[in-house]
Amino acid sequence: MSVARFWRKIPQRYNLIGTRCTSCGRYFFPPRSFCPDCRRAGKIVDHKFAGNGKIITFTVIRTASEQFEQLTPYVFAIIELDEGPRTSGQIVCAPEEARIGMRVKPVFRRIGADGESGVIYYGTKYAPAE
Amino acid sequence: MREVAVIGAGCTTFGEKWDTSFRNLFVEAGALALEDAGVSGEQIDAMYVGNMSAGRFIEQEHIGALIADYAGLASHHVPATRVEAACASGGLSFRQAVIAVASGLEDIVVAAGVEKMTDVGTGASVDALAGAADREWEGFAGATFPGLYAMIAQDYMHRYPLTREQLGLVAVKNHYNGARNPIAQFQQEISLDTVLKSSLVADPLRLFDCSPITDGAAAVVVAPLERAREFTDAPVRVLASAQASDTITLHDRRDISTLDATVAAGRRAFRMAGLSTSDIDMVEVHDCFTIAEICAIEDLGFCRKGEAGRFTEEGITALNGDLPVNTSGGLKACGHPVGATGIKQVYEITKQLRGEAGRRQISGAEIGMTHNVGGTGATVAVHILGV
Ligand SMILES: [Zn+2]
Repeated sequence: MSVARFWRKIPQRYNLIGTRCTSCGRYFFPPRSFCPDCRRAGKIVDHKFAGNGKIITFTVIRTASEQFEQLTPYVFAIIELDEGPRTSGQIVCAPEEARIGMRVKPVFRRIGADGESGVIYYGTKYAPAE
Repeated sequence: MREVAVIGAGCTTFGEKWDTSFRNLFVEAGALALEDAGVSGEQIDAMYVGNMSAGRFIEQEHIGALIADYAGLASHHVPATRVEAACASGGLSFRQAVIAVASGLEDIVVAAGVEKMTDVGTGASVDALAGAADREWEGFAGATFPGLYAMIAQDYMHRYPLTREQLGLVAVKNHYNGARNPIAQFQQEISLDTVLKSSLVADPLRLFDCSPITDGAAAVVVAPLERAREFTDAPVRVLASAQASDTITLHDRRDISTLDATVAAGRRAFRMAGLSTSDIDMVEVHDCFTIAEICAIEDLGFCRKGEAGRFTEEGITALNGDLPVNTSGGLKACGHPVGATGIKQVYEITKQLRGEAGRRQISGAEIGMTHNVGGTGATVAVHILGV
């Protein structure tokens, strides 16, 4: 990933800045700049998400691309945030600990690296909140 | 709109073809298709080629011109267009060819698909395939392509009665069919035990739940139905061509384990053909993972949600069952050169409808269906073919 491509998304990845449509009240994380319901009539503003939610489904990834190989096995899940939208992320817990419906909270972690001497980048993972 | 027919089909063998280059693959498939159709190169009005990621796999873009050139048609200046929709690139390539002929703009059109995947290492190919999902919000967070389908499987098994054994039987059945297909990558039958004891890739999916990395190419020739008899005694009619899209990420879907784009494309296809599920003699579905075949059978309407496991266990989807699924061996056993898969599905149904499918022939086959998925369900192409 290029430095610019990562840097551009720092507010979203570090601080969970998503968006909200003030016309219909729907929340978007990952952010959208266009509301699928209100379309051009929708007014989109930034919204900081708390990052609390629950696991909708998950897996334990045992074979990963080079970027994530050193983390295997790791838990990966679809999380439904309390504000409504769903997102994807790693769960910081043992593989046998994860379950559907588990409450999670956000944690700031190293996500990956581009090769041994490449850029290390950070972002949000999720941890059990029970 | 004109009626369209498939007048010829060709396919390379599928596998890890170390000695064959990208351009030799599609030249071989194209020559086989033209020979089968009895069409000469200068009769071709246009070409479409499905290809997902030559840029990542062989560092080559501009595939349309490349195939026209190496097909020996550069001096004819044949319009040649690359079509990309990840693993559904082939299905969309076929659909573009059908549209071109149906519109009256072109007469003799080649629809091809090609992927050369083994010129890069496994890590690089896994990463290229992850581009079929959302790089920004799935891939960069650590999702792999098998991992995304594993989350579909986990959601499905949490909500519906599907056993790990039933899921494994999908792979056993597809290997049985692959063993009867001379172009298949894997031509040996496997036991359920082999699936259940293979290594975990992404829970609950194991190695034998996953389609392999494959090199291969396939091509078909389409023409207006009214001209088809000039070339062949056995034209295969295109009864329906449908396509649908959905959110690029799995997490944004209405339902994690229902592919709404499959539901939409399937309904459109049945409506266009004026047919229903009971009219279909066999179907090639997109089993990139075993769970994908389970979802496809249900989402196309062949059984209710939650029933496909039992359906499979009872042998309904087997070669001798009421609804043979993936007679070619599917992506699992025939192999999955991503851009070629959608065309190979049309090739398989064409062989079946012409009675040329050898040891895997479905007797009396008259109507067949293909179902090709891009990503985790963001693009779906469905076609119905008949004689
Ligand atoms: Zn809105």
